[in-house]
Amino acid sequence: MSAEGELHGHDSTIEHAGSLKDYVTGFLLAVLLTAVPFWLVMGRVFDHSGLTAAIIIGLAVVQIVVHMVYFLHMNTRAEGGWSLLALLFTTMLVVIALSGSLWVMYHLDHNMSPQGMPDAMQGPMP
Amino acid sequence: MPRYYLTIEHHPHNGTLLGFWLYLMSDCLVFACLFAVYAVLGRHFAGGPTGAELFDLPLVAVNTSLLLLSSITYGFAMLSMGGNRLRETLLWLAVTGLLGAGFIGLELHEFGHLIADGAGPRRSAFLSSFFTLVGTHGLHVTFGIVWLITLMTQLSRHGLTPANRRRVMCLSMFWHFLDVVWIGVFTVVYLLGALP
Repeated sequence: MSAEGELHGHDSTIEHAGSLKDYVTGFLLAVLLTAVPFWLVMGRVFDHSGLTAAIIIGLAVVQIVVHMVYFLHMNTRAEGGWSLLALLFTTMLVVIALSGSLWVMYHLDHNMSPQGMPDAMQGPMP
Repeated sequence: MPRYYLTIEHHPHNGTLLGFWLYLMSDCLVFACLFAVYAVLGRHFAGGPTGAELFDLPLVAVNTSLLLLSSITYGFAMLSMGGNRLRETLLWLAVTGLLGAGFIGLELHEFGHLIADGAGPRRSAFLSSFFTLVGTHGLHVTFGIVWLITLMTQLSRHGLTPANRRRVMCLSMFWHFLDVVWIGVFTVVYLLGALP
């Protein structure tokens, strides 16, 4: 590939520019991974909302990985591995922040309002 | 020993790209907090309209396509830059900017509609967190477009200098990063919100 040969010059594009094939592959995968969840929700394919929710969240995670690999050119070599390390650390913080918030706030809601209704503020607190 | 480093990095290393990546990771934490707020408050409708009643999914699908297309056109700009083709780079950057502007236009149209229908950010905790999360993303895209226009002016004046190449690469990371955040937004906010 002559295009790839050019990219391996002595400038810092080495780590941050992909090939045409990378971008097109990433784009086609992203289109597929976007179209399917929209179809599942708009076409009401499954009767069970929980199943649809689980599938579209799974597809979103796959699509994020596709964007990271094909568009952001994330790999173990970029910047001597520091980019990936920073990404993994951030992912860990994001997971802790999201799951922790949901867990704590779910129990708070549960304990503060016996009806499970957030705006049921009338009546004595238990 | 320095020799070890020389065999790995055969050019004077510039830390800007790694530094910019670290900035994006901290921005990621900002969005994670806003997603957490939405996840907690997203079903607190206060007797007001729900996501299923408000969201116009075909419009969101168009918006998502615009942003996705702008990601690949930015990729084409990067490839043109790799081949030292200035005009082509500018052309693809302009297409990217127009797609981004279309995205912002549709989002403002949606926000305008919601506010006109009495579903503004003051209506419920759900709508406050919705406007904060989606609005913050939109603000990022807006500043991305401002940066893009600035960079196009720089490129047409000074050409593909090493400094300008580095700037184009930073904006590339910023732009693709915003598309990644949008995956979370359309999945968690719009699609999950529209489920019965």
